[in-house]
Amino acid sequence: MNTPQELRYATSHEWARLEQDGEVTVGISDFAQDQLGDVVFIELPSVGRTVSAGEQVAVVESVKTASDIYSPVSGVISAVNSDLEVRPEAINLGPYTDGWLFTVTPSNTGELAELLDAAGYSASAAQE
Amino acid sequence: MKRTPLYQKHVELGARMVDFAGYDMPLHYQEGINHEHLAVRSGAGLFDVSHMAEIRVIGADATSFLSYATLNEPGRLKLGRGQYNMLPNDTGGLIDDLYVYREGDDDYLVVANASNRAAVFGHLKALAEGRDCHVVDESDNVALIALQGPSSPLLLGRLLHDDLTDLRRNATMTSELSGVPVTVSRTGYTGEDGFEIFCKPTDAEAVWEVLVKADATPCGLGARDTLRLEAGFPLYGHELTESTNPLCTPFAWVVKDKPFHGRERMWGVSCARRLVGLRMTERGIPRQGYKVMSVDGEVVGEITSGTLSPLTRDCIGFAWVDPELAQEGSNVEVEVRGRGIAATVVTPPFYQA
Repeated sequence: MNTPQELRYATSHEWARLEQDGEVTVGISDFAQDQLGDVVFIELPSVGRTVSAGEQVAVVESVKTASDIYSPVSGVISAVNSDLEVRPEAINLGPYTDGWLFTVTPSNTGELAELLDAAGYSASAAQE
Repeated sequence: MKRTPLYQKHVELGARMVDFAGYDMPLHYQEGINHEHLAVRSGAGLFDVSHMAEIRVIGADATSFLSYATLNEPGRLKLGRGQYNMLPNDTGGLIDDLYVYREGDDDYLVVANASNRAAVFGHLKALAEGRDCHVVDESDNVALIALQGPSSPLLLGRLLHDDLTDLRRNATMTSELSGVPVTVSRTGYTGEDGFEIFCKPTDAEAVWEVLVKADATPCGLGARDTLRLEAGFPLYGHELTESTNPLCTPFAWVVKDKPFHGRERMWGVSCARRLVGLRMTERGIPRQGYKVMSVDGEVVGEITSGTLSPLTRDCIGFAWVDPELAQEGSNVEVEVRGRGIAATVVTPPFYQA
């Protein structure tokens, strides 16, 4: 399982990346996309919505099942990856790149430190 | 969990394994369900179905017994032929759906779902008491591999010792494959042309290997489900249950007008709901348990199975619906995560090979 060292992770399998411009990009991990199987539908939040860390904001649906996605950080949704409407398989093929789900303008960057690092997430996922 | 004789093969191929009816079975292999589904529709797929149950019913009374115990008419089978059938309980519902093969005048092989092996065997044994026939559970002595898809006759034809050109649908023949004795049945659960290959458990790996080497694509239970659903076939535990009256479903043709176990509770009973096919007309995947609503928002039914077809990309499923809405073309909604998504009633199959 690919678990990039530079990202932060939630136990619910979302990853968070603090960008140069202060935005936080969010997606789901390689482990999560593998568990889900071929993704077919995404329900993304509206841009401008205020979210809290741990709040359910999206749904990723595969043939097998639908999975709730929780924002790992608090803030305001600043962008969503609308390319996923036509290419949902990007989540499977590039979970950390083309398959990003949304970005958040964070209200508290300190929350990132409360997320797991790569080793912590790998250990947590191994127990599932 | 139990293992079939092909467990090692699945592990070697990197399958994602799941518990199915107490067996450690492949859900899919590395390329995924969509790939496997498409391989069956365009080429040839290979399924390990050794977990299924094989029960022999043999003896002078076997024909009249099975005619009474099941809904179809096994007595009408010629030797070496099989038929789709169902096993009724005494409360107007079903114990299982199954295939019955006539191997001799008084010798039948019943193939049942893995999850219902004990129930089917126990029921047949009890019902046969006092009759001149024996019921024997042979499941542990049989491995079963399904080869399905338009390329399968050519593929198997090259490998089978005897000529299979004249093997009709639902017919069986004995032969050899890679030096191993097999019985081949031209049956399947995918809607494609295909074969189900019975062999000894100790020969299963050899049969599997020679078929994989001939370019059959290994397929797991995930694709088995999307294929059967697309082909309009029911799955016990979803469309068929202990309380399902098959006369209220598209599979009513199985039920013959003759004496059978539990007939009084099944025949002539009015249907509170009818089982229909649904195709979503707005984006959303119907899943077992989701409510079906009328366009006015009344609950009128429930989904029994649903998926997104890897081939047609339609979202399809089966559902019980109130009789007034059970006509082809009726508009309904399926409640998906709190929202009503539009769907229309269709007559299965959802796809024809």
